[in-house]
Amino acid sequence: MKLTLKIWRQSGPEDRGGVVTYPIDGVSEDMSFLEMLDVLNEGLIAEGEEPVAFDSDCREGICGMCGVMINGEAHGPERTTTCQLHMRSFRDGDEIVIEPWRADAFPVIKDLCVDRGAFDRIIQAGGYISANTGSAPDAHATPVPKENADRAFMAAECIGCGACVAACPNASGMLFMGSKITHLGEFPQGQPERDARVMSMTAQHDLEGFGGCTNLGECSRACPKGIPLNVISQMNGDLLRAQRHQA
Amino acid sequence: MTAPLIEGLYREGDPIADTAAPDGPIAEKWTKHQFDNQLVNPANRRKLDVIIVGTGLAGASAGATLGEAGYNVKSFCYQDSPRRAHSIAAQGGINAAKNYKGDGDSIYRLFYDTVKGGDYRSREDNTYRLAEVSADIIDQCVAQGVPFAREYGGLLDNRSFGGVQVSRTFYARGQTGQQLLIGAYQALERQIAAGSVKMYSRHEMLELIVVDGKARGIIARDMVSGEIETHLADAVVLASGGYGNVYFLSTNAMGCNVTASWRAHRKGAYFANPCYTQIHPTCIPVSGEHQSKLTLMSESLRNDGRIWVPKRREDCEKDPRDIPEEDRDYYLERLYPSFGNLVPRDIASRQAKNMCDEGRGVGPKVGDFRRGVYLDFKEAIGRLGEDAVRAKYGNLFDMYKQITGEDPYQVPMRIYPAVHYTMGGLWVDYDLQATIPGLFVAGEANFSDHGANRLGASALMQGLADGYFVLPNTIRNYLADGPYEAIDAKHPAVIEAQDSVENRIQTLLGINGDRSVDSFHKELGHIMWEYCGMERTDEGLRKAIDLIRSLRDEFWRNVRVLGAADTLNQSLEKAGRVADFLELGELMCIDALHRRESCGGHFRAESQTEDGEALRHDDEFLYVGAWEWGGEDGNPVLHKEALEYEFIELKQRSYK
Amino acid sequence: MRTAVRGRARQVSDGGVRPSSTVLTVATSTIAGRQRPKTGSILLKTVMAVTGLIFVGFILAHMYGNLMIFAGREAFNEYAHHLRELGSPMLPEGGFLWIMRITLLVSLVLHAASAFALWARAGKARTVRYVQRKGQWATFVKRSMRWGGAALLIFVVFHILHFTTNTIQIGGNYDNPADRLLNSFGVWWAVLIYLFAVACLGMHLLHGIWSAGMTLGLNTSLDAAERLRLTAILVAVVVVVGFALPPLAIFLGLIP
Repeated sequence: MKLTLKIWRQSGPEDRGGVVTYPIDGVSEDMSFLEMLDVLNEGLIAEGEEPVAFDSDCREGICGMCGVMINGEAHGPERTTTCQLHMRSFRDGDEIVIEPWRADAFPVIKDLCVDRGAFDRIIQAGGYISANTGSAPDAHATPVPKENADRAFMAAECIGCGACVAACPNASGMLFMGSKITHLGEFPQGQPERDARVMSMTAQHDLEGFGGCTNLGECSRACPKGIPLNVISQMNGDLLRAQRHQA
Repeated sequence: MTAPLIEGLYREGDPIADTAAPDGPIAEKWTKHQFDNQLVNPANRRKLDVIIVGTGLAGASAGATLGEAGYNVKSFCYQDSPRRAHSIAAQGGINAAKNYKGDGDSIYRLFYDTVKGGDYRSREDNTYRLAEVSADIIDQCVAQGVPFAREYGGLLDNRSFGGVQVSRTFYARGQTGQQLLIGAYQALERQIAAGSVKMYSRHEMLELIVVDGKARGIIARDMVSGEIETHLADAVVLASGGYGNVYFLSTNAMGCNVTASWRAHRKGAYFANPCYTQIHPTCIPVSGEHQSKLTLMSESLRNDGRIWVPKRREDCEKDPRDIPEEDRDYYLERLYPSFGNLVPRDIASRQAKNMCDEGRGVGPKVGDFRRGVYLDFKEAIGRLGEDAVRAKYGNLFDMYKQITGEDPYQVPMRIYPAVHYTMGGLWVDYDLQATIPGLFVAGEANFSDHGANRLGASALMQGLADGYFVLPNTIRNYLADGPYEAIDAKHPAVIEAQDSVENRIQTLLGINGDRSVDSFHKELGHIMWEYCGMERTDEGLRKAIDLIRSLRDEFWRNVRVLGAADTLNQSLEKAGRVADFLELGELMCIDALHRRESCGGHFRAESQTEDGEALRHDDEFLYVGAWEWGGEDGNPVLHKEALEYEFIELKQRSYK
Repeated sequence: MRTAVRGRARQVSDGGVRPSSTVLTVATSTIAGRQRPKTGSILLKTVMAVTGLIFVGFILAHMYGNLMIFAGREAFNEYAHHLRELGSPMLPEGGFLWIMRITLLVSLVLHAASAFALWARAGKARTVRYVQRKGQWATFVKRSMRWGGAALLIFVVFHILHFTTNTIQIGGNYDNPADRLLNSFGVWWAVLIYLFAVACLGMHLLHGIWSAGMTLGLNTSLDAAERLRLTAILVAVVVVVGFALPPLAIFLGLIP
């Protein structure tokens, strides 16, 4: 396959950046999208041009490190991560525009790499259950109904890639946050801190400069793990409840 | 060095022993040892700095636990967030001797299975301790909200894994590693919020600082700004994972590397059993030269799939559906009638390679070979129905289709072995302390618990056992003697470490040769896979050593690293890692060469039974091979730690 | 390349233990109170949801009233008059109407102010735009909520000037409500303005009711999402049909 790549190049956080066009030939449809970029980079190195910086690590769709906008869609045309997107989703002669996630809460570091530290700070604000090592009772001490455990797992599948923010017209991080709040809120172990968790995390979310949610659902459509919108509703309900408890 | 050079490659030094190991009955050793280890006054903990490199299961859980205890922890990872560490990719599950199923499991049985699975090349007391703390891990994880699979009664579900006869594996669908890591990550983030852990993400450790024989800090590069930072501490913990990426293609993440361990090795830490690698039989095959990594599929596929290759080479290009039954060679069923497709990982892997080497591999040609064998579900679909197969393996089939573009319900899957896990690693004693005092090594980075082969679902167990329960209780014995003398930033050892890092970076940037870093890495990978992979020969290993040496030589003359040092520079990061792999690769080959026995995950052609099966030599090789760095132009020095089996009787395995 | 030393340059410790009263041993903090923004975005959304639902209630009642025209002029005028006397004698004449008007006005201000605040936040959350953006349904909905909402705001002013204060007179000036209605919707452009407004309202409700349900925590499962979506569609369709019928019927001369 022969393709025309239009890639966002930006030498550093202060640089304004812009789109650079690279023709590429000999792309096989068995390549993953990132392997296609590897091939491009090998070519750039041979020509003495600095390779395109992009993040990736596990390349099996679970670590959440990779993620770029491909033709205006987070992770590209399939519902999967960028690393699991394969070139058979494209046709010979296609033009592909590749951009970093865009959100002021995710500043660009270089080219296609962004800083998603805001997600870590949201977790720091309360995305955990306080259980010191060694203090745990036997795992069977508290049975958890299967429905709750299954819903918790569904929400816990989030890989923290940031596609939800990238896809959201408001650059909101609510799907990420809602999935964590739903996950922990489904467990008996998560109840003692449930109110504090949702209040603290949502506050941190806004401080990080993410936009508000307007329930458009673009996040869930872009989510490589298909996390449903109801985690956001769950979070909203939990917040109302927490505020009632506080009042 | 007066010891004679053996085979022109290495010397033999004094034997070593695990002096930290406690005495007494095996079931009481750990309890006794925890009591004997000194405590640190809570008020003193704040004054003690601990550096932890890596945030996988071992690193994150150790960081969280030490932070909770009140130590001053600095945690480092090369990824953009600690949550990305490659423990996240583990699929199957985590073993624990809970005996929730009442099927006769016990600590002793898990211990026994682990030692046996490791082909009698691990330490009894370490392995027993691993089995002993396994149950606590499950309790801890459940308390943190890890969403393990549950039954309708609300209790935890278990499954049997990797051919063991008890159900002791806890799991969270096919994402157990992810869920466990996120649990540990959240505990770590909680300590970051509490101020007891300071997180340095996008930081890579490039050198260990050793002062007066003790590990006292690291040199790390801020991968965003390029700044070379010096971090000092009372103790350094390496939880930096395995080195499977020496093969270039492996199931490891792109960034997994040996640099942290290798830098420590060069500073005096012994590297044990480097040649012990595990090769997983059911990975998705390579599709071309562009391939950047391999993806594993759960071994459970072998429960219902039948493995075959065409009997005739001419048929290899045909559509498999057009090859009649009588022209198919179900080679595992033929060679191992009693176990068939369920033979252990190493056998399934080796035989797949043998078939491909015979020219009967299938799938696209990569180089001169077709590297793949069929895993056929046609019979299972006929027997169970497509829906039942979908219910059992649907997610794996989807993943396969996503990657290969082929529908496994219609066409047989193609699989091929891939490097998956490295049992070898830095040598540690019972306290997880390396040969450099103050340097501790946890998780896959150390060598301790899996012997020559690792059981399925035991990697997660070891990572969390080390991080949550073992290390925090052993490192205190060292820290209790601290705080150690403060080190000045101008200390010669610090300056020396900084200079060596900066010189190395400038050298790499200054070579400006013709070949990219990846091209060297791929070539190294080919050499390692060909000669130091599943089947090793004396001749091949010697050839590999020569090839690696000349490749390393070329690397330092001809590598091209573009860009600058003071910015995000992924080529520079890779160059440093590959440079270390080029040294490690040679040591792995030397270790493999010296170990003239077939054992655990690897097969040595010169050591086989008449039937062509693995033959172990307990009389000669019942020891841990711990290698000391021999200097830039010197030769590595082998120190043997004899393995003593007090409780378990050694047996040869047989799967005929 | 710069070199930095991070790591505490610690003096040799005296090894002494501080008095136990000041020793803070372990870091076991649970979720602590942190800095909070003044108005969280979810709070703004909650305000929008609650005020929006007040409007939905009003609109359904309003629609019911409009449909009285099909019962004839007398019934319609009687209904309009009755509204003024609602609550009497507990309330003075027109009292109920004023309570309602004030409630609606406050709701409107809160609803619009929250919307504008969220709009502004979203703008600040992505100051560098994408070079290419795939046409999204969500983008269309987002714009229809914003611009449709703004259009409704203008329409409401027009509507009050038209029917409530009688400032704008279309098709002649008549004193009773029924005649005003019948004359106005004899004029084609008036019908168009109202139909356009009803369309905007329908779109607004379609997403607005769904969104309010989401914000109030009603969507907690896939089934609940389906119910919520159907409710939104149902209300939107009822409102559009209910409001579009009178002007259309009048214009087509179906009402004498």
